[in-house]
Amino acid sequence: MAKCKVVVVGNGMVGHHFVERLLATGAEAAVVVIGAEPRPAYDRVHLSDYFAGKRPEELALTTREHYAACGVEAHFGDPVVAIDRAAKRVVTAAGRVFAYDKLVLATGSYPFVPPIPGADGDACLTYRTIDDLGRIRAEADRSRVGVVVGGGLLGLECANALRNLGLETHVVEFAPGLMGVQLDPPGSRMLRRKVEALGVVVHTEKATTRIGDGRKRRLVMEFADETSLETDLIVFSAGIRPQDQLARACGLEIGPRGGAVIDHRCLTSDPDIFAIGECASFGGTVFGLVGPGYRMAEVAASQFTADKQHFTGADLSTKLKLLGVEVGSIGDSHGKTPGAICLSYTDERREVYKRINLSPDGKKLLGAVLVGDTSDYSALHQYYLNGLELPAEPESLIFPAASPAPALGPAALPEGATICSCHNVTKGAILAAIDGGALSLADVKGATRASTGCGGCAPLLKSLVDHELAARGVAVARGLCEHFPFTRQELFHIVQVEEIRTFDELLARHGRGRVGCDLCKPAVASILASLWNEHPLAKSHAPLQDTNDAFLANLQKDGTYSVVPRIPGGEITPDKLIAIGRVAKKYNLYTKITGGQRIDLFGATLAQLPHIWRELIDAGFETGHAYGKALRTVKSCVGSTWCRYGVQDSVGMAIRLENRYKGLRAPHKIKAAVSGCTRECAEVQSKDFGVIATDKGWNLYVCGNGGMKPRHADLLATDLDDETLIRTIDRFLMFYVRTADRLQRTSVWLDNLEGGIDYLREVVVEDKLGIGAELEAQMARVIDSYRCEWKATLEDPEKLKRFRQFVNDPDGRDERVVFVTERGQIRPAREEERTALESA
Amino acid sequence: MMEAKSSEAAPLPAFPGEVVCTLDDLVPGGGVCARVAGQQVAIFYLPGEAPPLYALGNFDPIGRANVLSRGILCKIGDELAVASPLYKQHFSLRTGRCLEDPQVAVPVWRVSLVGECVVVAP
Repeated sequence: MAKCKVVVVGNGMVGHHFVERLLATGAEAAVVVIGAEPRPAYDRVHLSDYFAGKRPEELALTTREHYAACGVEAHFGDPVVAIDRAAKRVVTAAGRVFAYDKLVLATGSYPFVPPIPGADGDACLTYRTIDDLGRIRAEADRSRVGVVVGGGLLGLECANALRNLGLETHVVEFAPGLMGVQLDPPGSRMLRRKVEALGVVVHTEKATTRIGDGRKRRLVMEFADETSLETDLIVFSAGIRPQDQLARACGLEIGPRGGAVIDHRCLTSDPDIFAIGECASFGGTVFGLVGPGYRMAEVAASQFTADKQHFTGADLSTKLKLLGVEVGSIGDSHGKTPGAICLSYTDERREVYKRINLSPDGKKLLGAVLVGDTSDYSALHQYYLNGLELPAEPESLIFPAASPAPALGPAALPEGATICSCHNVTKGAILAAIDGGALSLADVKGATRASTGCGGCAPLLKSLVDHELAARGVAVARGLCEHFPFTRQELFHIVQVEEIRTFDELLARHGRGRVGCDLCKPAVASILASLWNEHPLAKSHAPLQDTNDAFLANLQKDGTYSVVPRIPGGEITPDKLIAIGRVAKKYNLYTKITGGQRIDLFGATLAQLPHIWRELIDAGFETGHAYGKALRTVKSCVGSTWCRYGVQDSVGMAIRLENRYKGLRAPHKIKAAVSGCTRECAEVQSKDFGVIATDKGWNLYVCGNGGMKPRHADLLATDLDDETLIRTIDRFLMFYVRTADRLQRTSVWLDNLEGGIDYLREVVVEDKLGIGAELEAQMARVIDSYRCEWKATLEDPEKLKRFRQFVNDPDGRDERVVFVTERGQIRPAREEERTALESA
Repeated sequence: MMEAKSSEAAPLPAFPGEVVCTLDDLVPGGGVCARVAGQQVAIFYLPGEAPPLYALGNFDPIGRANVLSRGILCKIGDELAVASPLYKQHFSLRTGRCLEDPQVAVPVWRVSLVGECVVVAP
């Protein structure tokens, strides 16, 4: 049977989601995607990140290559202009024709620009696509004042963008309040108060009648109340309209507010044409949020399988941060349900407003409004979404009472309870993922996609996963091991507060038994090192160290070690290269260039290590900590010193950073890099922290990873000067050192951090917890107490005793260590080679 | 393993063996390697435990290298063990048995302290 030809018109977030879901079903389909925009689908929800320094490709949800690899035929920048339902084919602007068996309309919406005279000038813009953002940025460069028309969700997002571009920002709204759809009037007033405190000027009940040439500024907006406002640019964000021309032109039934009418299966009035997302009308409603669009995409994709799902409307609850103000809206936020009971709480000092609307019997939650503090959102959303019975005193859910609100534990939720409404993930699906082997928060996120949309359910998901893993007896039994009933973070705190200096002391005071094990010993050694930075081979610390730290070298499979001297930033003089070569030759070591821009010397026996290091140190080298859960290298490209494209001295910065953080012990190894321009030759976005030069300073990326589970780093801060960059990295690293789990890289740490990169930014950049100075001071102590561990070892006969091959024959040979030659260098003999050599 | 305990009081070892080093050469809480009768022996010292000295063959039969003396000492449940520095399997200090794979074991050597001298025997 020939594959079903599925043509998807539109490649926005919803259209792309449909393609992904369809592919995931494994249905026999040949998929063709036709997008009007010049690029594949990207994340429109986080569009304003573009102004915070994200590049278009970072917002991308997919790539041409990915589609090609999945067998999807994709065309961009050539919009479909007509649908021929009789012949079952579509035609593009360029005249290309595509036949379909099933057609999916995912054309989205367009910004509504009110029919105001003068609203069509160059400085009148909209806010919808990446190209729109490019235009706004270009206009902003020659502007001082900007106006956003529309005080809704998208309008305030846009106001934030203008503010980030450095414009004096105004919001002009026709209605009496901001976000009138989601917020009740008191909530709206509180939001306005907070937004105005940020310097954004809000004008409400303003109907614009005309836009003309200004006197002081480029434009003047005239309002119906005979007032006016001068500005340089205007962005219209006054709502959206379904992009439904194709549907209209081919005679599909259209809803009362536009959009192709769809049924429960997301089928239009033509049984071979689906419509999903903002171009569809369901029950007379056009849903302007991504969550319902995703749900439609899933329902439509399911029609190609045996497991057909139904679309039954959508939860429009939302939690977000607008201009830094937390706002939440759940269900019937205005309390319009007949007989609804309203309870509200206002705190003008802290600028917090909360309201819940109850069913007439007071037992169910109909809706809620939260402004200034959305910490109750998760719990309230669960009560609403799953129709749970409220506690006897529901006001305790929002009032900051002396006693805490009754906790809605994850155990209390039914299996059908929706945890993530963006991706429609139920508690049951999460339990299934855990049963299927997802044994961490990050794994559960990967398997179910829960909490990867708006992120509003992150705290709830975390507590659910923790609870379920604990219930299954998975060794998340919070403690580090059987000897310490504490997490690494708790132990760190104990060691710091009680100023504990040794493992034995910590074990005696807070642990069980007298010995410990190979889980707690290295973890505690790392904590002690991060805090007090004593020598790892000091008498009380040496037996705690893991394999490599124990001998300050990297153990290889045959029991020999490799040695890595530090080469900061990868910069090395010819003399030093010669010195390394000389040592390698003298001790017959195998040499290899590492990924971190340095040189690894293999095949050293235990007894050789001090001799090798004596020569390296005499040649001016220091230890490279290749053996430690510590800063490894700061890789760099050659930067502005030599490169035709470099804009900053990346090598100089890399050396400065590597010398600053060398010796810092952490929960796991730390890799870093500095690139001298956006070409990014140092590959910093795969590092724990990475710095990219801009013409104004440095952009700081964090929590990237290469290796087994690659993760692109997140942008933490932009255009920093040298000192701010270093201060921010100090705080970031120390916060990681303090709070990560044992052997947790920064990437996994961030994936498990409640609130994610936004929270990290609040702590590290905005210093919300007020611990910035403390973190910096702690880092300063580590930096000030740095000593080359190998130099100190060579000066101490007690430490050198560890490097005896045999206690009764210090320089004796281990007969198991046998080398053969390959490509002109040594390598360990294989078992059969060893036997052959022995018998020879 | 009463040998070590009795040896603390007695001037003679409870068994004939080879003096490999003095107490001062051992690493409290860790191990060292000695050459005894041509074999490599890992000697572990846990002050405060009874007995305080343990000795196993130094060869890790899973990682196939002479490294056990460089492992971390552990208490797993009631069992004292050393974790191989290569692939982290635990070997009982008492029986030599691998806790993760009971089919695998390493030889146990006798060890005791005579005065300050560490005495080892097969």
